Amino acid sequence: MNQPASAYFLEERHDPNETHTLSVLVQNEPGVLARVIGLFSGRGYNIESLTVSETESQKHLSRITIVTTGTPMVIQQIKHQLDRMIPVYRVVDMTLTGSSIERELAMVKVRGGGDHRVEALRLADAFRARVIDATTESFVFEITGNSSKISQFIDLMRPLGLVEVSRTGVAAITRGPEGM
Amino acid sequence: MTDKSHDPNQMTGAAMIVRALIDHGVQHVFGYPGGAVLPIYDEIFQQSEVEHILVRHEQGAGHAAEGYARSTGKPGVVLVTSGPGATNMVTPLTDALMDSIPLVCITGQVPTHLIGNDAFQECDTVGITRPATKHNWLVRDVNDLARVLHEAFYVATTGRPGPVVVDVPKDVQFATGTYHPPRKSDVHIFYTPRVKGDATQIRKAVALLANAKRPVIYSGGGVINSGPEASRLLRQLVEATGFPITSTLMGLGAYPASGPNWLGMLGMHGTYEANMTMHDCDVMLCVGARFDDRITGRTDAFSPGSKKIHIDIDPSSINKNIRVDVPIIGDAGNVLGDLLQVFKAEAKKPDIKSWWQQIAQWRARNSLSYRKNNDIILPQYAIQRLFELTRGKDTYITTEVGQHQMWAAQFFGFEEPHRWMTSGGLGTMGYGLPAAVGVQVAHPDSLVIDIAGDASVQMTIQEMSTAVQFELPIKIFILNNQYMGMVRQWQQLLHGNRLSHSYSEALPDFVKLADAYGCVGLQATKPSDLDGAIKEMISIKRPVLFDCRVAALENCFPMIPSGKAHNEMLLPEEATDEATAKAFSGGKALV
Repeated sequence: MNQPASAYFLEERHDPNETHTLSVLVQNEPGVLARVIGLFSGRGYNIESLTVSETESQKHLSRITIVTTGTPMVIQQIKHQLDRMIPVYRVVDMTLTGSSIERELAMVKVRGGGDHRVEALRLADAFRARVIDATTESFVFEITGNSSKISQFIDLMRPLGLVEVSRTGVAAITRGPEGM
Repeated sequence: MTDKSHDPNQMTGAAMIVRALIDHGVQHVFGYPGGAVLPIYDEIFQQSEVEHILVRHEQGAGHAAEGYARSTGKPGVVLVTSGPGATNMVTPLTDALMDSIPLVCITGQVPTHLIGNDAFQECDTVGITRPATKHNWLVRDVNDLARVLHEAFYVATTGRPGPVVVDVPKDVQFATGTYHPPRKSDVHIFYTPRVKGDATQIRKAVALLANAKRPVIYSGGGVINSGPEASRLLRQLVEATGFPITSTLMGLGAYPASGPNWLGMLGMHGTYEANMTMHDCDVMLCVGARFDDRITGRTDAFSPGSKKIHIDIDPSSINKNIRVDVPIIGDAGNVLGDLLQVFKAEAKKPDIKSWWQQIAQWRARNSLSYRKNNDIILPQYAIQRLFELTRGKDTYITTEVGQHQMWAAQFFGFEEPHRWMTSGGLGTMGYGLPAAVGVQVAHPDSLVIDIAGDASVQMTIQEMSTAVQFELPIKIFILNNQYMGMVRQWQQLLHGNRLSHSYSEALPDFVKLADAYGCVGLQATKPSDLDGAIKEMISIKRPVLFDCRVAALENCFPMIPSGKAHNEMLLPEEATDEATAKAFSGGKALV
């Protein structure tokens, strides 16, 4: 409880962090993404991954999928803070629904020859990655899956001549017949 | 095809803005003209339904609108130009956001084709004000303007109130389009805050209240914002339960300071009895307050043994700082009404005699006591005299930020809501003088006093000119100790008494300054002069700068030292240098 000179109570809580995936349905008006991102940066929340695109163009609705980490209290705050923003229609914590599917797409460029090239192709096959571009000395693989599978694939490509990676970030949806 | 030239709803964007203000019942606008709002000022010139109050700095317009809003319950309206006009509004917008004050701010913007061009007096107004507002809009099409303006009023005043900005490029002000009066479909489809509390939760709350042995009610600005009915219901609840009640800085006046159950304000400079009651209670009913860090002190030692009920219209206030047991989302007045009804039907007044005996012991510590002095005016004494001599009058009080603000909260008793205007969340020095301007505009015949400090008041003192121009007889009661008192107090307590830049050298002569502005200057230097000077100030029907020379080194107690709990308050009689050093550290190295 000893703290340096301060007008504030400085001791931090040390609750364990959790990772949650939030689906946020927003009105697709100018600045809405800046608002959401500004909330995270302004209040010191984390963004691990962010995916956004218009999903219902007639209703001008966009769906933002955010993967974030924080203590349970912070996660709850994030949801409430998002929910009270004027253009936010709904916030669903996909992690709490218990039965959501998460997918991410990555394009992975690998350069090399000989055994490395063969090995890269063999691993790509095991991971069900597709070759979407090839030259005599390189491949671009397209891989879809959950984030850890993609990270694992990228790690395996590293010694085989990994050049660069482009990832989409996570998209998530619940199982079963109900929408959000 | 109708002939559009005869359609009364065809008008320019500038005309729409004035028309929308009239349709929303706006009588006063605070503002400052400039290039990007000239079409709107041209419209204002040609009508008489909306009165424009010309300030001297846009920040003054913002705080004046805040004072106007808080003293009336209606939204405050501001009109400023692009660029510096908008950036000068950032402080009052943030202030209004922190204290949940409804403001509608209309900013001019450079023409749409110049946006992003670094044009003269261009700034990214919606970008800059995004985190300073509840919501904001840039209107690029004149046919969206009516809808956005109506939506702006709706968003500012609905749910937890707050400031909004509507940024209107100059070409949109000139363009002609179709206006429509406010209608239901302008309401933002996504924004429908919950007003009525959940019945099950209310029953749970009543069960806790009915069985409480050591209860306390802790009310806040949400009760004031909800409207006079909420304050009336709060008083009835206190009556029905017999519970002690304390309040945040923002909530003063919801329950009368003369009421038998009143404990005084709580928090860092709250009373001993309020903080001890909070610390030792077994059931806490929090209404429209947000467990702010000035209230809770050390959060892990905050009221450790209590079940907590929290009524708030904003779900994000629940469990933000303090975990509560029974959250109730809804409007303070609405939930209090339901709560009271269930309590009256299902519970009877709990017997808490022994709790009141305990509270009486804490009260007996007399935590607001101070040493009397016949030679020098003590600031606490000055506020007590001001309170006594204005008692029974139709008085509104605003403050700046610092020691004088805390003393005003401690020593000025508020009997009614909407009578106390202070910058709580943001702590904006310079708030009080322009806020007084706004209050006086709304209540031209009332006595409006800004309890000020010599440092704060200089941040917006140019608004005296506004007061003189519009014949607003505001009284600026300056507790002049020639220091930034609260800064100095912290330096004394926490920084080894190194008074780094907290002494105001070269203060203006406030009496001469008053003269220069064309208002009245008064001064009191001795306790024996004080009553006469205050009476004179009250009797003058013009703006007054009152230079009240007070003890320079007086500090504000009681106080919860940082990092301490409610039951570790430092009381005035204990605040010797030695005890203070100890309370703040247990060793200097740690302070």
